[in-house]
Order: sequence, then structure tokens, then C-alpha cells
Amino acid sequence: MHNKSLTELAADLRAGAYTSVELTQHFLDRIKEYDVSLNSFITVTPELALAAAAEADVQIAAGTAGPLTGIPMAHKDIFCTDGVKTSCASKMLDNFIAPYDATVVEKLKLAGMPILGKTNMDEFAMGSSNENSFYGPVKNPWDTTRVPGGSSGGSAAAVAARLVPVATGTDTGGSIRQPASLTGITGIKPTYGRVSRFGMIAYASSLDQGGVFGRDAVDCALLLSVMSGFDEKDSTSSEVATEDYTANLDKPLQGLRIGLPAQYFDDGLDTGVAASIRSALDQYKALGAELIDITLPNTKLAIPSYYVIAPAECSANLSRLDGVRYGHRCKDPVDLEDMYKRSRAEGFGSEVKRRIMVGTYALSAGYYDAYYLKAQKLRRMIKDDFVAAFADVDVIMGPVSPTTAFKIGEKSDDPVSMYLQDIYTLAINLAGLPAMSIPVGASDGLPVGLQLIGNYFEESHLLNIAHQFQQATDWHKQTPDGFGG
Amino acid sequence: MSLTASDVKKISHLARLAIDEADIEKYTQDLSNILDTFADMNEANVEGVEPMANPQDSTQRLREDVVTEVNGRDKFQAIAPNTEAGLYLVPKVLE
Repeated sequence: MHNKSLTELAADLRAGAYTSVELTQHFLDRIKEYDVSLNSFITVTPELALAAAAEADVQIAAGTAGPLTGIPMAHKDIFCTDGVKTSCASKMLDNFIAPYDATVVEKLKLAGMPILGKTNMDEFAMGSSNENSFYGPVKNPWDTTRVPGGSSGGSAAAVAARLVPVATGTDTGGSIRQPASLTGITGIKPTYGRVSRFGMIAYASSLDQGGVFGRDAVDCALLLSVMSGFDEKDSTSSEVATEDYTANLDKPLQGLRIGLPAQYFDDGLDTGVAASIRSALDQYKALGAELIDITLPNTKLAIPSYYVIAPAECSANLSRLDGVRYGHRCKDPVDLEDMYKRSRAEGFGSEVKRRIMVGTYALSAGYYDAYYLKAQKLRRMIKDDFVAAFADVDVIMGPVSPTTAFKIGEKSDDPVSMYLQDIYTLAINLAGLPAMSIPVGASDGLPVGLQLIGNYFEESHLLNIAHQFQQATDWHKQTPDGFGG
Repeated sequence: MSLTASDVKKISHLARLAIDEADIEKYTQDLSNILDTFADMNEANVEGVEPMANPQDSTQRLREDVVTEVNGRDKFQAIAPNTEAGLYLVPKVLE
């Protein structure tokens, strides 16, 4: 059952091949058996999942079920889930039982999808390796000595090992695309504002965007169709009408203009990764697409722009975690300031502290213009690069990550070398564009992802472009050994 | 751009983060390294560029000032570190 697509699972449930309770139990059993080696879940919720599955079975029998009713899924532990621990992988929120549902959680519950649990991540979504979790690192199912990428590493590893059919993630600087790339699955980060941020614990509010991990583009399209849409509870939610993302999947790619930014194929790109990307581009040519060289001249400035703006917003967002209303409070504080300082020092891990301090510095008196304001100006220049490029091309393609999955511990002592991992993904968040990662090859046995970057609100087109590739290739059907086939 | 130990102490105070004296040096080094990666910014010409806060340049949406939420105080306070009679308790602020 676990290698089937959402469409196949939905058809089987309707045909009575198995019930949602049986399907849900099957995935719970897989989590129990295999997650010991991956650590992809922080919390597993068998009772809730089976109760929702039993309800789904009633709806399926009554003929009132929707397209995804009864198919279990998992949420990144950043999405508030009513009555369930929502930790953001931080000691700070280790005792936090969310008092309400995020809009994304509410929508997927309404769609009848049982929640198997909450997946591991980098603390407060800050990281590119999933090593910054209070609950320990997540392992890559393709090689458990390697990272799955981050920050949504748990969701990616769980989908890659088929411990769950689909899972949610969030992407602030690459946190869906990079782990999807490193674990060989399909992931989509929609346009900023497409998916509600309500109840999604904020890291950098002008960059954060929820999205999906699935085995292929069709599964991502199905889930995204349910998740996306305007939400009045999110002040930056887009009012652009949402659509059925499965509607255009079958359109042929004849005449598609693919832009290849010179800056994404520079010396920093691993040769094995480059070879896989090149062969994927040849495949697109065979599908009728035209490859056009383009330039995104301000690409390099995405690193300073992002690593000023994101920490600045994080330092403001995380100031609410002060030990007063919820979360960790230190023992026996002598006064209020001592309580704030020690609660936060004990509750946050080192990368979170570093980013809070960088952000505090960038926003502090005398430095605001030199850092934050300047970074916001660079942000517009980076966006303008993309706007100019999309005048001549329909989609932009390149690598997601300069290398395949690296070893656990390899970069964890050097924050800057970790930041440089994000060179091909950050600019997309700064511009607020939709983008995907699809598996297109392997280098030394480790998956390589191709990044597809679309124009604003062109998720449907991106999914179509991804699907056409997946119709012609089978990289998305490959699964790692050691997880029961 | 290099920070000094006293810069780091000042920043950690502004951020309300207690830092052990023993860790100050490590933070000073890490934060200085991070700030070094921002050096490229200085060379960029941003003359006449409007700062961008939101990808769609959208502005804050307004709504009617009406009550939309039910009172969830008991639920919210159930997860609080310390409450009494519906109030959140913190260490004494005034003697």
C-alpha cells in the first residue's frame, strides 16, 4: 500500500480493497518499525489518526467522501495542531500543547485526512540539515549517516521512506526544496501568500510559506489544491483565486521556454549534481522545450539579504517566547529580566540564538540602515532580476543544492558554510516566487533534485512541467533500500 | 566586520538572552563570521532602489472591528507556566 499514489489509494479505499483504518494502521506500523533509524517524527498520534480514519470509513461508505478522505498524512511540527504537542523542535515549546489548529491543519482535517503525527525539523525552521533539533537529527533514508536536508527534514525523510504518503512542510529559504532534493522526492513551495500562515509558527514572516512533500507532482497537486487559498486570519494571505492544481497536469510542453541562469551553474556546483541536472534538461528538450541562457545578476546578494532579513524578522517573532504565557520558564527566577533571559537561554538552541542575535544587531540603533534597510533594497533588486527574466522565459531551472546530502556533523560547527548551502534557493523566497524540487538523478547513490522556478501564482504550470517529466522518467519511483520495499 | 566581546554582551542583553561568560568568545567569533558574509552588501549600488518588505508589495488589509473569536482563556492558561485567578503570574516587578 505504501508505494501507491494518492489517486491509487483513494480508488482502493472507494473500491473497498482496504479501509482507511487498515491503511492508517499500515503506516503507523511502518513508522513504529522504521522510524527508529530515521527519527523523522517528534510525535506520533495513533489514537487521533485511527479515530479520524474510522470517521473517514463512515464517509466513504456513505458516499460523502472527498478525493483525499481516509488517506493519512503528517504535519511538520511547526503547524499548530489542536490538543497535540507542537514543539517546532525546540525545548522552548517542548511542553506546548497547541490550543487551536493552523488553517492548513484545519483544511486537511476537513478533507478527511487522518494525521499520523508531527515531523521533526530544524528548531524553529532554522537550518539546512535538520541537525538543529532538540529531539536529535533526522537521518537520510538513502544513507543514514547523512542529513536529509532542512529545515523540513522529518517530513522529507518520512515521505522518502514511505512512512507517510504525503506531508506538509514550510519553506523560508529552501526548507521544502532542499530536503526534497536530498531525499529524492517531490516538493513544492508555492507563491508567498498562497497558503495561509495562520497557526504556522513564524520564523521570518515575509518569507515563510507552507507547502507539500509527495512522491510525485500529482500527489503534491492534490494536497496543494486543498491547502491553498485566501485566509482572512493571515494578513498577508493572497486574495488571488485558487485553482484545481491537477487540471493542467497533462498539457504537453512543446515550445516551453526554460531559462537557465548562468549564476546557478557556477564553480560551486558539484560535478555529479551538474551532470544529473544537464541530463534532466536534455530530457526536457526531448519533450519539446527550448533552453535559453539567462542571467540573474544579483544572485550572490541573496545570501547577505536573506541572512539579514530572516534573522531580523526572527528576532522580532521569537521575542514573544519569554516564559510568561506558554513555553519554557526557568526555575526560580529572581526577577522579570532574569526570567526572560534564562528562560530564553535554556529554551533556545545555539543556531536559534545566533540568528536572534544577528537580527537584534541588524535592527539595533545605528545599524538599521546599513543592514536591514539595505537588505530590503537588495531584495527588490533580486526580485527585479526574476521579473526581467520572466519576460523571456516560462520557467527557470537549475540545481536546488550545490551538493547531494552531506554527512551528519560535516558542517554543523560552521554556520557560514551551512548558509552557503542555500545559494540556489534563498533568492526565490526573497522574491516570493513559487518553486519545486523534483528528483532527476543520482550521484554516488544519492538523489539529485532539479529546481523549477515559476512566475507568481503559476503553481499549476510548475506542477504540469514537473508531471510531464515524471511521465517520461522514473526517478520519482525509486525508493531507498531498508524500508520494506 | 568584527564584533567585540562587549558588543556581544550588549546584543545578548537587547535580545534578552543569558549567555555564559565562557561562551562569549565563541559567539563573538561566530557572529563576526556571519557579519563578514554581509560584506558583499556594501559594494552593491542601491541608489534609488525602494526597500521591499513584501514580495507582492501588498499593504495591510483592514477589517471591521468586530469580535470574531470566542473567549479561550481557560484553554490558553492551561498551558501557561504559572497562573492564578485568570491572571498570568510573573516575578515581582515592583517591591
